[in-house]
Amino acid sequence: MPEPAKRPKRKNPVLRTRQPTLPPASRSRVALGLTAAAARGRLELQVCHDCGAVQYPPREVCRACLSHRLVWRLQDGCGELLTETVLRNAQELFFRERLPWRVGIVRLDAGVNVIAFVHTNAGAAPCRVRVDAALDRAGQAVLIAGPEHGRPDLSEDPKLREMTCDPRSRKILVTDGKSALGQAVVRALGQAGAEHIWIGEAEPWKMAPGFEALRELPKAMIVPLDVTDGNSVRELAGEIGGKVDILVNTCDCHRTFSIASRRGIETAQLEMDVNYFGLLRLAQEFAPVLKARAADEPTNAIAWVNLLSIFALSNYPPHGTYSASKAAAFSLSQALRAELGPAGVRVINLFPGPIDDEWDQLGQPPKLSPAAAATAVVEALEGSLEDVYPGDVARDWLARHLDNPKALERELSEGAQ
Amino acid sequence: MTAAKKAEVTTPATDLRAILSAVMASGGIRLVDLTQTLSPDFPPIVLPPEMGQSRPFRMEEISRYDDRGPAWYWNNVSFGEHTGTHFDAPIHWISGRDRPNNSLDTLPLEHFIAPACVIDCSTEAGADADFLLTTGHIAAWEKQHGRIVAGSWVLMRTDWSKRTDPVAYQNLDETGQHTPGPDPDCVRLLVKERDVLGFGTETIGTDAGQAAHFAPPYPCHYYMHGAGKYGLQCLCNLDRLPATGALVIAAPLKILDGSGSPLRVLAIVPASSGSG
Repeated sequence: MPEPAKRPKRKNPVLRTRQPTLPPASRSRVALGLTAAAARGRLELQVCHDCGAVQYPPREVCRACLSHRLVWRLQDGCGELLTETVLRNAQELFFRERLPWRVGIVRLDAGVNVIAFVHTNAGAAPCRVRVDAALDRAGQAVLIAGPEHGRPDLSEDPKLREMTCDPRSRKILVTDGKSALGQAVVRALGQAGAEHIWIGEAEPWKMAPGFEALRELPKAMIVPLDVTDGNSVRELAGEIGGKVDILVNTCDCHRTFSIASRRGIETAQLEMDVNYFGLLRLAQEFAPVLKARAADEPTNAIAWVNLLSIFALSNYPPHGTYSASKAAAFSLSQALRAELGPAGVRVINLFPGPIDDEWDQLGQPPKLSPAAAATAVVEALEGSLEDVYPGDVARDWLARHLDNPKALERELSEGAQ
Repeated sequence: MTAAKKAEVTTPATDLRAILSAVMASGGIRLVDLTQTLSPDFPPIVLPPEMGQSRPFRMEEISRYDDRGPAWYWNNVSFGEHTGTHFDAPIHWISGRDRPNNSLDTLPLEHFIAPACVIDCSTEAGADADFLLTTGHIAAWEKQHGRIVAGSWVLMRTDWSKRTDPVAYQNLDETGQHTPGPDPDCVRLLVKERDVLGFGTETIGTDAGQAAHFAPPYPCHYYMHGAGKYGLQCLCNLDRLPATGALVIAAPLKILDGSGSPLRVLAIVPASSGSG
């Protein structure tokens, strides 16, 4: 359990709420390769297919042999901090508002020099360091030089903490607390130091195992929220929207039907109503207020988390209609990211494999426990990620999807998992 | 549809002229609204989640004097046929599927206005959520108010509609729903010996909450609809009706092959009569 962060002072309501500024967000298409990897928590650099030279910064042709066959490859980031400086002046508003900055040049063992933010826990140059990729508030990849061993905790560096969405001292809305997953997320966020958690409850007349126990949690409050009802979403957004720092959308309607195994569209429509339209309703009501409070430091609106499914990437035909609803939600989350991004509010998508819940009773293991999925939510917030694939199944599907989406489609249509 | 079925005896139409004359002669009338407000918060029927689900009432704005329609306000609404204060047609139940004129679009017009017999079970239902209306209760009521006239609605007053908290209204626990309703013998009596028009309740079903365990399951649905009778559910203000003498207007939407619909249920009550 993390040490309870110093509770931030309440804001002075007489002072103007500041508007968000962002670090420079423009990248060339090739440089976005760095961002694509960082979004999944990986440091990747281009490597020349012909001569093996590692490249930095990202480029079109090899710096050594001019080959254009450059491929992105995972790097261990080990190297030496050659020199460092403290930036005390900046023209960019974002940096100017946050001076000073510790930056340095690292000679990676892979053979290139990179410019990186230097973590407060890294020693003074010259020393051994490990470079990691992170996403800045603009959602673009930046490099962080931390201690050589272990992954640096960005939250420990007051400056770099902004690259995380650390739930400590945050006020968080978990949209559905009735599912096992929702309950696990609530508990995990509580343990991670959340200041306050609102827990959405739909259909209060239906008892859900474990739900009543949430009432005993400190700092938690159950609120009515049914994402299939626009009025319900609007009312809650009106009531608490201006206080929410992080929204975690745990609403999920998972029915386990193929196209042929369920006559009619009512069940599919319910899935769509919760998984897709529910997200849309939440986005329309909550996103504007989150954006407005994106720079309301120190407890600003900072993140939106969607619990999607690995089925969003490629349809799993035995759960065909559910997969389609999650694919729709995934697509919408990209639009949401585009809308929240300019304010610096991060949209984090989780793509878990099958979760070991009541509806997936007949699914073969391995299945992700709700607690493991909840841990992944917290880790994603504490880290600097956009796309999270928790569990072996999710990582395996992702690898197969990235390698050859058509092959994965065929494999899944044969019932392979 | 076979000729035999067509010839089957249906519920007698109300002698509207006689009833209206009596109402007019009573020295004035008052109107009572027996309808709950349709809203997203009104609880829908709960079925096991793996079964097909009735959609709750939902309302999405089309425009409200804005860029989507500058001078007008309107909504799209969606709901299951059996939502809020609603009417059950015989085709709703498997026992009524082969009845003549069993769907909303074919119901005889004359059934939409009918006298009501209101049986006050509010004390009993207040004491026991699983209270069942029996033939004994019917006999006692008839002793006081006279025999139930063929073609009447029988409305079971429980004051359940006063439970404004949806959780208390649904009254679910781990053994299911606990709401009052008629027992199988009572339903058989009303159908076979009284030839009523239908049965109405203040709860979400015409059957008791635990009626899945009765023999037959859901007797009110089974026998009533099997005999071409109707159901009214989620009524309110039954405490403002006299035991007899009220005239109920209950005309569901005219939906092709419809099994039921929300509707506005009104009662015309002779001003001279008290409430129950």
